[in-house]
Amino acid sequence: MKVHSKTMTLDKLDWDILKLLQSNANQTYTEMGHRLKVAHSTVYERIKRMEQEGIIKEYTVSIDLEKLGKKYITAIMTIFTDPKLTEEVAQKLSEMSEMVEVDTSLSEELLIIAKVVADDQEKLHSLIAHKVVPLPGVLRIRTSIITKKFKETELPIERSE
Amino acid sequence: MTFKSSQRILRKLPRENAFYFFTSIGNYTGISADSLEEFMKKILEVNTKSLEFHLYRGDFQKWIEGTLEDKTLSDEIRKLQQSKPLGNELRDNLYLTVSKHFEKLKKSSF
Repeated sequence: MKVHSKTMTLDKLDWDILKLLQSNANQTYTEMGHRLKVAHSTVYERIKRMEQEGIIKEYTVSIDLEKLGKKYITAIMTIFTDPKLTEEVAQKLSEMSEMVEVDTSLSEELLIIAKVVADDQEKLHSLIAHKVVPLPGVLRIRTSIITKKFKETELPIERSE
Repeated sequence: MTFKSSQRILRKLPRENAFYFFTSIGNYTGISADSLEEFMKKILEVNTKSLEFHLYRGDFQKWIEGTLEDKTLSDEIRKLQQSKPLGNELRDNLYLTVSKHFEKLKKSSF
């Protein structure tokens, strides 16, 4: 059965290829073809098509910074904003290299949730005090420093019927 | 204190040089001050937790000396820190220290 994404039709083989890539993007076309019992050229064509359509956005590498001896802290900031300036604040935050994720949310108030990484608490505070708080539209900020991570993963893809 | 230096200390600062009140690392109260006069008023408004956080980190002293360029007031606040006040005692003493100094500056700036 064929299913439709927003811009292109995906069949079972496409989904299986995506699943394999999500578990390990470093596999060769031959290895994937062998696992899926299809020719490597078929895998190649499917992957290229999904890259062109933007379904496969990028191939990244996940690095364990602690093993490299890099000490850092991660914090989640909830930024309460003037609704008229929320987009601009989110845009400015997105330009900062220390922000690893920036999202907006509408609960009782319109706010921005940002995940930020810094070398230590002092640098985190300095970044927030000198670069984030002075942005026009920032009303208040609540910051939680992450002390222990239990899970972090991408949402595993499942074929939608 | 000269007329010129008093005027300089009492000037209004650009947004990026204002003092922003936090209650702990990264937790911004939404209260800020862009001049010594406003700073004085906000001392009466912010949570005493915020005053404690900044006094013992040396943030007030640093901002007053580094940004407002008022070493005398900065030294007075440093002295206040040594007596380790907390809560409303801190608020009262800090307000008294800043407001007395502010009045002197005001007089010499005319």
